[in-house]
Amino acid sequence: MREPTVRKQNIHHNHLKTRLIIFGTLAILLVVCSFFSEYLCPYDPYLQDLGNAKAAPSLAHLFGTDRYGRDMLSRVIAGSRTSIYSTLLLVGFITVFGTIAGIVCAWNGGRLDSVVMRISDMFLAFPGLVFALAVAAVLGGGVQNAIIALAAISWPKYARVARSQTLAQKETVYIRAARLSGCSSSKLIIKHILPNIFGPVLVTAMLDIGTMMMELAGLSFLGLGAKPPVPEWGSMLSDTRNLLATHPWVTLAPGFAIFVSVMIFNLLGDTVRDWLDPRNAR
Amino acid sequence: MDPIVKVEHLTKTFKSRGREDYTAVDDVNFSLYPGEKLAIIGESGSGKTTVVNMLTRLLDCTSGRILLDGEDITNVRGKALREIYRKVQMVFQTPVESFDPRRTLGDGISESLVNHGMKKKEAMQEAIRLLSLCGLEDEFAKRYPHEVSGGQCQRAAIARALAIKPKVLILDEATSALDVTVQEEVLNLLTKIKEEMDISYLFICHDIALVQNFCDRVLVMYQGRIVEEGIPDEVILHPKEEYTKNLIDSVL
Repeated sequence: MREPTVRKQNIHHNHLKTRLIIFGTLAILLVVCSFFSEYLCPYDPYLQDLGNAKAAPSLAHLFGTDRYGRDMLSRVIAGSRTSIYSTLLLVGFITVFGTIAGIVCAWNGGRLDSVVMRISDMFLAFPGLVFALAVAAVLGGGVQNAIIALAAISWPKYARVARSQTLAQKETVYIRAARLSGCSSSKLIIKHILPNIFGPVLVTAMLDIGTMMMELAGLSFLGLGAKPPVPEWGSMLSDTRNLLATHPWVTLAPGFAIFVSVMIFNLLGDTVRDWLDPRNAR
Repeated sequence: MDPIVKVEHLTKTFKSRGREDYTAVDDVNFSLYPGEKLAIIGESGSGKTTVVNMLTRLLDCTSGRILLDGEDITNVRGKALREIYRKVQMVFQTPVESFDPRRTLGDGISESLVNHGMKKKEAMQEAIRLLSLCGLEDEFAKRYPHEVSGGQCQRAAIARALAIKPKVLILDEATSALDVTVQEEVLNLLTKIKEEMDISYLFICHDIALVQNFCDRVLVMYQGRIVEEGIPDEVILHPKEEYTKNLIDSVL
């Protein structure tokens, strides 16, 4: 009677592994593409050719051309540099900063904890994008300022996760045992707390990549992110949205790029969460 | 003979807003002598565990004094605090949870040696030696806590506590999570270790039979106070206090 369940588990496990490999590869491909975007573009993404403006997709221009005759495929590829690269930078930064803030708060407790957590409550109380809009408006446009604006409103989530996880770990028997083994606080945090809270933090970050990509594109769409003529998916959508009815490919190309990359990163995040779930005993 | 541990007027009061102060440990005095096997018995909530948590400085006391090997450790902090763990070690009630789930038993056992300045490789050798002293094979050093049984894990926990060669070993209900035959094995192990090392045991437990068979002296705690003290046979067969009588009657 035992065998079927074992086999079922194995199938589930293999399935998970396949998903991890597929989505991991796709995500890495996207990142590599964005990194080497300069070499992958068939045309110069800034080169205008007004004689060939708004051309429909053809073999020469797979995604067609925009109103200035710029090759859409090249612009989408060049835009991945701004979109994906900036998103990863943003998520990486807030993960590190939020986690450190969360651990320090949970470990020391007291007044510092109260102050930092009330500040994070303040950020959480605002609707995210609205607050980011305000910050971006104050700082002015540009991808860099959009990243700062989104980082300012997004770190509390990570601080919360890291804080609650650290609080749970702090009282465990093995931390007490490690104290008795003569570990200093910094050693306890680095050797014992950090590896044990890494899973939930990683899952939060992975699932957040898609959201952050959307928000960054959203800010650019509203004109507070990348500045023209720098190709960025959000601002490309915004530039071309009045062509949607007559020349849909111009709008669909960046829209599709956002859709595909957000989906790949979300599916990867889901898979990583399932993979780290202790109920999926490996 | 000077006591290795001397506890004077130890008191712990838990304060929380909106509630009355709760005194978990109330003016406790006792001494542990070198080579002695002392037991503290009492019902749940009588303050036994609070006493040993203060003794190992995992918990700060409200008032009183703790002397370890003649040195006042009541308020030591930082590096000085880490130094007292060369002399006093503890084995916890839940063996599997007392090891970091993401590290091997070998890592856990060698950790105190590494922290006190031994090279990693040597410490691992020593961990393997300690495992064999506690009746476990070499390969257990590479296993994770969830991969071994409770009894095996408790042996590994004892190996960890002994690594730094402490003078006092506290066993906080170290056998209560184990089944009876494994309990017996662990007790035999402790007896064997005592023959090889100069060590004192402080037992926290509620198993009266175990106390009678194994310990030299027993303290009975009730509502944060020590109500009776003596040789196990005498205390158990001729209890003086009403509470001790009830405690023993409820077991037999």
